[in-house]
Amino acid sequence: MRNFSMKLFGTALLAGCMLLAGCERPPIESVQRGYRGTGMLQVYNPRTLEEVRAANEVPASIPLAPGDSPKATTVYKNVQVLTDLNVAEFTRLMVSMTNWVSPKEGCAYCHAGGDFAADTVYAKTVARRMLQMTRHINTDWKKHVAETGVTCYTCHRGQPVPAQVWTQDPGPKTAAQAGNRAEQNAAAMKVGLTSLPYDPFSYYLKGEYPIPVAGEQALPADNRHSIKETEGTYGLMMHLSQSLGVNCTYCHNSRAFYDWDQSTPQRQTAWYGIRMVRDLNNDYLEPLGPTYPKERLGPLGDAPKANCGTCHQGVYKPLFGVSMLKDHPELAGAKR
Amino acid sequence: MPEYQNIFTRVQVRAPAYPGVPLGRGVWVREGKPLFLYWAGKFGDAQIGPVYLGWLGLASILCGFIAFEIIGFNMWASVNWDIVQFVRQLPWLALEPPAPEYGLRLPPLDEGGWWIMAGFFLTVSILLWWLRMYRRARALGMGTHVAWAFAAAIWLFLVLGLIRPVMMGSWAEAVPFGIFPHLDWTAAFSLRYGNLFYNPFHMLSIAFLYGSTLLFAMHGATILAVSRLGGEREIEQITDRGTASERAALFWRWTMGFNATMESIHRWAWWFAVLCPLTGGIGILLTGTAVDNWYLWSVKHGVAPPYPTIFPGVVNPATLSGGAQ
Ligand code: HEC
Ligand code: HEC
Ligand code: HEC
Ligand code: HEC
Repeated sequence: MRNFSMKLFGTALLAGCMLLAGCERPPIESVQRGYRGTGMLQVYNPRTLEEVRAANEVPASIPLAPGDSPKATTVYKNVQVLTDLNVAEFTRLMVSMTNWVSPKEGCAYCHAGGDFAADTVYAKTVARRMLQMTRHINTDWKKHVAETGVTCYTCHRGQPVPAQVWTQDPGPKTAAQAGNRAEQNAAAMKVGLTSLPYDPFSYYLKGEYPIPVAGEQALPADNRHSIKETEGTYGLMMHLSQSLGVNCTYCHNSRAFYDWDQSTPQRQTAWYGIRMVRDLNNDYLEPLGPTYPKERLGPLGDAPKANCGTCHQGVYKPLFGVSMLKDHPELAGAKR
Repeated sequence: MPEYQNIFTRVQVRAPAYPGVPLGRGVWVREGKPLFLYWAGKFGDAQIGPVYLGWLGLASILCGFIAFEIIGFNMWASVNWDIVQFVRQLPWLALEPPAPEYGLRLPPLDEGGWWIMAGFFLTVSILLWWLRMYRRARALGMGTHVAWAFAAAIWLFLVLGLIRPVMMGSWAEAVPFGIFPHLDWTAAFSLRYGNLFYNPFHMLSIAFLYGSTLLFAMHGATILAVSRLGGEREIEQITDRGTASERAALFWRWTMGFNATMESIHRWAWWFAVLCPLTGGIGILLTGTAVDNWYLWSVKHGVAPPYPTIFPGVVNPATLSGGAQ
């Protein structure tokens, strides 16, 4: 009997430890942001924060190019976007791009067979559009990226495919006559391993499905938003929090999520961010679909696209707000 | 001499099995020869059986089984009949109610029809079990307190799955059958209706819930603590207060200034437990039907305090002219 009890106790202890395995050990640091008592704190684990810091070091940039060399268009044959640069600036950018996007593969990732003018490699065609996209972000989306701006490195971090991209999610395979998941209940990483709808991106970061759900009046008026729509919004918000490495209270006062008067300025920045990402996905990334080789496309054949995590990668400001753009004025927009 | 001054059950009385009072007329009898289980005796009574099923019990178990199977098979189908994934993903799997487009209409089976069917059988099963509970209490000549307490829980169940969705005109308002999915539903429900914590009936429900646990702990502890003085005969002591009852009363007067009696403590506990789902159900029923945003309702009625502005000038960019860029 005693033996049995010991085993029972041992099993219970083991089960308890296993339950705790998903937790992080103290001490945890918290930073108060809102009014006291509202729970508007950010919680950080100093140990994981160190790793995040190390992963978000900004690489040194190459010294600025001299301004007195001839225009690139006069020397090269097939320059369509960087028409405003001189040869020295052009070459410097090519080298930087290589460091940011394909340091292992080198120039050959975009240029094959020594013919730099040919557009035979798909990566070059994509990169040309990327150059336009980066300039578009830095000139037209200052309400989100401010003067900090972005470079190829913000998303790519030394890899041809950024760490966080998405394609339409067909969901897990289900049986025919039963077992409809209603596009949720699938333990998706994207929504923080909750059972919330597993493809918030198609609806909210490419489509323009309405995000607000709460009524702005105490008594029922004409607000017909359903609980299922709310679950969709909630799933998107899980992504926002996750990709910025923050709690809901970084943007909201959780007692009234809908209320802008009690929200933080970061919520405004995020609002523009949502519109920016929709714009990038619809005007730049999705149309690149036919350019990519098949293996880059999603299971439903659509092009890989961006979300908040593509730039932010777990940090409230990409690369902790360090601007690489100031060393690369050519990406801030075409010189006039 | 048995010892009660312990937090675990130490005593197991082994007498000949008791079959219970004689049954009235009817085709059903108590079936099976009673047996004694040592481990069951650690938690409750060691005697298992005899069993009385009855028509109500049989029909209830059958309906409950059908509902359980519909839910389980739908969950299994949602992982394409993969038994390993079924076990791994079980906490996330669910049978979802119909989409909002369907309103209160009957959707195809795989678009919520299964949910309606499961809900129907589960509801019938629970209502039949309630009847059985009521009838069995009567058959034993007992009061029907337990049945009415169960009815309070059924009220909350019906509000969530039937009454409120019908009043809102949409099955989609109802709760999915699933472990995490019903929890995420709860959080989304609160987000949609402007924070359920500002719903006064939700507040009451929480007070009764926590109050129940507190009362249960106080009462259980008091009786165990005076059991060596005869305190386990608490019901006799309603009128015939022995030293156990008097010491317990004095203890609470000393520590709390006031004490319940051997009778009233049981009424306190019953009412707290019953009022928890009763008030909760009222709160759910009013949500969306009478109040759309509980936070704003609370501001209007002076419940939610205003806080000093820490971040002035934040506005909804959608209300600004000049577009997104
Ligand atoms: C990530 C893709 C990419 C990488 C890597 C890359 N390039 Fe380019 N390169 C381009 C694109 C895109 C253009 C066309 C720019 C335009 O149209 O404005 C181009 C154009 C050129 C041209 C002009 C060719 C012409 O005659 O029109 C030269 C020269 C060149 N690159 C050199 C290099 C060198 C040298 C490297 C390696 C250090 C390199 N590139 C790495 C994408 C890349
Ligand atoms: C907003 C984030 C973002 C920025 C900024 C960005 N990219 Fe991209 N890039 C992407 C995404 C998303 C993809 C699609 C990933 C894929 O191909 O699977 C992509 C794909 C590419 C590819 C194709 C890789 C492949 O093999 O499929 C190249 C080349 C590329 N980018 C170059 C660049 C260059 C050069 C710049 C800077 C001028 C740049 N990108 C800036 C997000 C970005
Ligand atoms: C980075 C900022 C940010 C974070 C973090 C964030 N949100 Fe949001 N949230 C927003 C923005 C911006 C909107 C409005 C979007 C729009 O209207 O297009 C919004 C809208 C919402 C809404 C809809 C409000 C309404 O009007 O009905 C809810 C609910 C919500 N968020 C909940 C959450 C929850 C829960 C979390 C944490 C898991 C969270 N948010 C984290 C920025 C954020
Ligand atoms: C193209 C890259 C990019 C993408 C994609 C992006 N952001 Fe940002 N975001 C930035 C940059 C750069 C900053 C820093 C701006 C600054 O320095 O003020 C920033 C800043 C922010 C801030 C302000 C942080 C603070 O503490 O002030 C918030 C909030 C934010 N982003 C939310 C989002 C959300 C939500 C999304 C997805 C809908 C998103 N971002 C997508 C580049 C991006």
